[in-house]
Amino acid sequence: MGELKGIYALWYREFKVFQREKSRVIASIISPILWFLVIGGGIGSFVSLNGLNYQAFIFPGVLMQAALFSSVFFGVYIVWDKKIDFLKEVLVAPLSRTSIFIGKILGGATDTLIQIVILLAVGYAFTASGMLIGLNFSLFSVLLSMAILFIAIVGLVSIGLIIGSQMESPEGFQLIMSFLVFPLFFLSGALFPINNLPAWMAPIVFVNPVTYAVDGLRWALLGSSTFPLILDIAVISVFSIIMVGIGTYAFKKMKL
Amino acid sequence: MHIIETKNLTKKYGKEVLAVDNLNLEVKEGEIFGLLGPNGAGKTTTLMMLTTLRPPTSGTAKINGFDIIKEPHKVRKSIGIVFQDPSSDEILTGYENLKLHGLLYDMPKELMEKRISEVLKLVDLEKRKNDVVKKYSGGMRRRLELARGLMHRPKILFMDEPTLGLDPQSREHIWKYIEKLAKENKMTIIITTHYMDEADKLCDRLAIIDAGKIVVLNSPKELKKELGGDVIKIKTKKLNANALKKLKYVKKIQKSGGEYCLTVKDASTHLQEILKGTGKIDSVEIHSPTLDDVFLHYTGKAIREDSPEGGWAQKAMNMKTKK
Ligand SMILES: Nc1ncnc2c1ncn2[C@@H]1O[C@H](COP(=O)(O)OP(=O)(O)O)[C@@H](O)[C@H]1O
Ligand SMILES: [Mg+2]
Repeated sequence: MGELKGIYALWYREFKVFQREKSRVIASIISPILWFLVIGGGIGSFVSLNGLNYQAFIFPGVLMQAALFSSVFFGVYIVWDKKIDFLKEVLVAPLSRTSIFIGKILGGATDTLIQIVILLAVGYAFTASGMLIGLNFSLFSVLLSMAILFIAIVGLVSIGLIIGSQMESPEGFQLIMSFLVFPLFFLSGALFPINNLPAWMAPIVFVNPVTYAVDGLRWALLGSSTFPLILDIAVISVFSIIMVGIGTYAFKKMKL
Repeated sequence: MHIIETKNLTKKYGKEVLAVDNLNLEVKEGEIFGLLGPNGAGKTTTLMMLTTLRPPTSGTAKINGFDIIKEPHKVRKSIGIVFQDPSSDEILTGYENLKLHGLLYDMPKELMEKRISEVLKLVDLEKRKNDVVKKYSGGMRRRLELARGLMHRPKILFMDEPTLGLDPQSREHIWKYIEKLAKENKMTIIITTHYMDEADKLCDRLAIIDAGKIVVLNSPKELKKELGGDVIKIKTKKLNANALKKLKYVKKIQKSGGEYCLTVKDASTHLQEILKGTGKIDSVEIHSPTLDDVFLHYTGKAIREDSPEGGWAQKAMNMKTKK
């Protein structure tokens, strides 16, 4: 009981922060929307893949981009909690480290999924108005997409938390962007099909867990994918479980 | 069994800074125990180890019967702490910070609301409870911090410099409340402070610590009594110390700043004789001993109450002098 309440407490805090910093969150979905409109619309005006409009093709990739950026950075922000000493208040509470970790993940997942819902609404508006053809929106496809993203978010927030818990100050943000978040995004097939890749690139793309999340989203929203859905879900689940494991350990070893 | 027992508790930062040096002490259940020492003495570090937030370099401690290294979770269930530095979330309101605390400590809802009102009143923040902490002044943050620490009434409460930077009136308020808590709830309270008056007023027993070591430990009353007399402070360019040392009621002569501090038995009856021996003086003052005098007596240094805050300033200075 105490543990559940503790998890709720941490979620409550993240949610309040989210409410007060709405503008920050809104600002962060501008970038995915631009990708969708400008890159998708621009390239889509002369490229289609096997009869599929490019703009529709990258929509799952754009969802993934929002989830990836938002959840990794949410996790890394724990270095801020450390800096303002708020983390001490949390760590001295009679709450298991696992619960603290879960509370943080749920906070990050809430933040991120709210952004995803907005993006899905944008995609739906485009589809419903006939400006975009190829996306299949149904209750099932939306829920499945959210579920796939949720599993991925758990792992991605964990990566952020692992990095953030080992950082001493918020200065390394730019490095994380360049060496982790961008590569995970660009080498995931979010922007291109992955069945005919150059030899140097294929192995990297195939070990990148984000690839499987995007592939699963394509299955849900476009009705076709490179791998079987079950494989996609299995890979991201294993990835997330491993990251949660490492993350809980990193939390226990964290220096204040 | 003591509610707190430390065994050779030691903390080193890097290779150079020995912040806490083989600390051995025992705290009895229900007492208000003080750690009194200047900035950089190792008080905060000691509390961080006792509250499981930093691992000791060697040695250990038992809190409420639980080992801080092997059973940190059980230790955390027995304690509460008011940190020296503000640790509330400035994006949340004062009320929300307190609610968060109540949830973290699994307080039943009604009790939580009752305590929140109670502590908000104590620290005089009722009117500002719905403002985000970002808008609070330094003193208000400090008070919120205190309110939060007092909310869940743990078995053992640690308070790191509880009234740091507060005005005299709020300090009196807080002291009264702490005393009440200890008495009515049989709470054990450990406070650290570098304010002599606070230590004197609040603590049943206290340890004077300097450079990570206990210098002396006793009740404030005994500590003062142990000096064996009153204190005469003499301001003069040069004191004829040899002549004074021959007087057997003069226990000790110490120089601090431009003043000489004499510990003298029955000072008022012997003042005339002493002044005969000193030669020409600028001024003289006589008082019964305070903890300041105790500190000076044992360490040869005066505690400066206005020295820069936090171990970091101290550390920066240490680093400079080393080079
Ligand atoms: N995180 C830290 N890293 C390195 N040195 C530290 C750290 N915290 C404290 N110190 C050093 O340890 C000593 C004791 O500091 P502290 O426990 O804060 O003393 P106090 O609370 O009595 O002022 C000081 O010399 C301080 O500079
Ligand atoms: Mg301190």
